[in-house]
Amino acid sequence: MTVAISVDKLEKTYASGVVALKGVSLEVEQGDFFALLGPNGAGKSTFIGILSTLVRRTDGDVRIFGRNVDTHVYRTKLDLGVVPQEINFSQFEKVGDIVMTQAGYYGLPRKLAAQRTEKYLKQLGLWEKRDTRSRLLSGGMKRRMMIARALVHEPRLLILDEPTAGVDIELRRSMWDFLLEINRAGTTIVLTTHYLEEAEQLCRNIAIIDEGRIIEDTSMKKLLLELDTHAYILDAEADLDLDLRHDEPGLSLRKVDSHSIEAVLSGGRDINSAIAVLDRLGIRIVSMRNKANRLEQLFLSRLRASENGGD
Amino acid sequence: MFTDHRLIAFETIIIKEVRRFMRIWTQTMLPPVITISLYFVIFGNLVGSRIGEMGGFRYMEFIVPGLIMMAVIQNSYSNVVSSFFSQKFQRSVEELLVAPIPNYVILSGFIAGGMARGLCVGFIVTLVSLFFADLPLYSPVITISVVLFTSLVFSLGGFINAVFANNFDDVSIIPTFVLTPLIYLGGVFYSIELLPPFWQLVSRLNPIFYMVNTFRYGILGTSDIDVAWAFAMLVLFAVLLFGACIWLLRRGTGIRS
Repeated sequence: MTVAISVDKLEKTYASGVVALKGVSLEVEQGDFFALLGPNGAGKSTFIGILSTLVRRTDGDVRIFGRNVDTHVYRTKLDLGVVPQEINFSQFEKVGDIVMTQAGYYGLPRKLAAQRTEKYLKQLGLWEKRDTRSRLLSGGMKRRMMIARALVHEPRLLILDEPTAGVDIELRRSMWDFLLEINRAGTTIVLTTHYLEEAEQLCRNIAIIDEGRIIEDTSMKKLLLELDTHAYILDAEADLDLDLRHDEPGLSLRKVDSHSIEAVLSGGRDINSAIAVLDRLGIRIVSMRNKANRLEQLFLSRLRASENGGD
Repeated sequence: MFTDHRLIAFETIIIKEVRRFMRIWTQTMLPPVITISLYFVIFGNLVGSRIGEMGGFRYMEFIVPGLIMMAVIQNSYSNVVSSFFSQKFQRSVEELLVAPIPNYVILSGFIAGGMARGLCVGFIVTLVSLFFADLPLYSPVITISVVLFTSLVFSLGGFINAVFANNFDDVSIIPTFVLTPLIYLGGVFYSIELLPPFWQLVSRLNPIFYMVNTFRYGILGTSDIDVAWAFAMLVLFAVLLFGACIWLLRRGTGIRS
């Protein structure tokens, strides 16, 4: 399998003395949908900035599809599309002009640029807004326009730095569908996000970065399998005035309010054992949900382990 | 293949730059034309009629080349400084920096945009000046080449200003406190023959003096300086400033962290 991104011992120290990356090594395979997670200030945006050449690295080696970014500047840039976290387009220009201009920067002839602009603005639901000044777009539309702009030269690798920040849930899900579609069509995607549900839904592989170091680099499936504690909120049919004591190992029950129970399962127990216990106690469950996103639990546990100096 | 890419990118930057200053023509094209027209009316017509001749020409005819040059200098400079700085400020310069465009193409695009505005305003001001004075156009080649080099040099100057600018004050400091005094003291309104020897020497240290006088020579055929020397200075400035701009872009000064 070809490697889309290969980063070796990447280091970055800003002029202010802030050390943002401390020897990051990472590989992302071609065709992957890869999540790069980390708390604020962990080094995610610096990492992306280095890949896109907006940030100069202090040390280390970066390759895009096997090509060194220093010796194959133009080819590696052609392979790369970036959607940054911050809005970075002229607020005074029209939507269509912004995307067309970006196509021109990548050397697309005018006719092809116009076709691509139409294609991606239509796919992202912005074609009707092509003559609108960009400052008049909503937050979600601005994000989608930045995705259209990054895709107009049809890069093999798309990097999205928190693309759905501030986007409503309906739009976020339609963007997920769109991103999954272009990933299935062959585009490698690297995503940073604060919505861990997003990473869990979309990504096959994941790296967690904290204080400039990679503290986890694995597949999403493997990572989630490591989670041995699951917490659920169960909604009861009637008022809860019953005693929740029981002798089932690996199950802890706690009353949350008059109609809700928190069930924490560990040691390989599944939700059926909790429901069976509650049934024996005379409590009928009408609905249930995860207390927290599974990846969120893992993410926080990894960060805590990292802060404590171990894993 | 790459040559085509670069040409298209260059063309794209120019189109974007021209579209920008045409979109806001009431800020970019109209004010300089009105200001220079007022100079024609007040200094050329009202005051000039009492001054009489200068350098063998009516005062109005004498100041027209300098005023055209003033419009070209100010507009070439301010177009590049304001455009590049606003792209830095809005971070839209990142669109350019992530794209596979060599630094010299980025620079050439902005410079061409600055020259386009400088020459547009210069052309309009020249048309307006024809209502006030006859311009004999002594040497079209010298006239056109000096105006091209001048707009090139000041576009490059504007680019360096924009690279170092951190806020909007930084964008206006150089034009207000450096460029304007140099223009006014660069022989736009007078011949340095009127000055005492010491101030003649000081005037010769002002690069704008050479540009104004060479342009005046191209139009009227009269000049305070050696035209060949002036051209050599212009070419030298253009080469040095272009080299400095490329060096700054390569270092990423003000645009990459």
